[in-house]
Amino acid sequence: MNEMLMPAVTLLFAVAMIGAAFVAIQVKQISIAMLAAGLVSLLASVLFLFFAAPDVAMTEAAIGSGLTTFLFFFVLGRVRGGQRD
Amino acid sequence: MVETMIVIAAVLAGIAFLLALARFIKGPSTFDRVIAFDVLTVVSITFIVLSALIEERGIYLDIALVYALLSFLGVIAIARYLEGRF
Amino acid sequence: MTSFVDYLGGLLLVAGASFLFLGGLGIVRMPDLFNRIQAGAKTTTLGTLLILLGAGFLHPEWGFKLLLIGLFLLFTNPLSSQVLARAAHRVGIEKSSKTTVDMLAKDLAKTKDLADNGRESS
Repeated sequence: MNEMLMPAVTLLFAVAMIGAAFVAIQVKQISIAMLAAGLVSLLASVLFLFFAAPDVAMTEAAIGSGLTTFLFFFVLGRVRGGQRD
Repeated sequence: MVETMIVIAAVLAGIAFLLALARFIKGPSTFDRVIAFDVLTVVSITFIVLSALIEERGIYLDIALVYALLSFLGVIAIARYLEGRF
Repeated sequence: MTSFVDYLGGLLLVAGASFLFLGGLGIVRMPDLFNRIQAGAKTTTLGTLLILLGAGFLHPEWGFKLLLIGLFLLFTNPLSSQVLARAAHRVGIEKSSKTTVDMLAKDLAKTKDLADNGRESS
């Protein structure tokens, strides 16, 4: 039972990643799509960690999930000029 | 015995993960999705700690530290964008 | 051969995970946004702190890193949820009919009254 735990958790995260990617391509508002893309990146980072690559996981968490999401919302707020959806 | 308790904790956290994911997929407004995103990040920190316990490698906890910082920055940026204050 | 400290660590892990489960249940079941923020923020903070404490009992040599993660969570998680709730209040998300307490609107009205009275008297 104990050795079945990590494959089960990996499968859970992979399914969640597919769900988040589905939300990202399906939804109309661009802010929700960007949030879902950030979630895909975050779950990918946890999967890198489960496959025993902590350095790749840290880079993916810092750049893919943190910096890209922050930069995208920053630029989106500047470009639209206060017009929200 | 401790391994069984770790499995029970992982199952409970997995159910919480699935419920938050359901709110993320369904959520009517953007704010619902942001709070689901926050909960998913914190549950991911839990899974990282549990995997560090299973694999007995303390270096995994550094990624949990990065997560605890990044979720804060992301949610602050999203809240400022949704207020329209960038 | 499991000692008492290991049992205590495992029990703390299960307790923290059950708090996380209750948080997920609250996120799905609560009627409006502010209750969902409440359920999501409080239960996940307590649950993750309990899990970090349990991991500290199981592996005492990781204590410093776990303490650092716990401190970051304790500082950042309530702050981010509070900022999110304030943004939702400013944008004007409607409450459900079961939510009756709105302290922020009351405080804003009081501040507005004070400002108006001060302007009239001067």
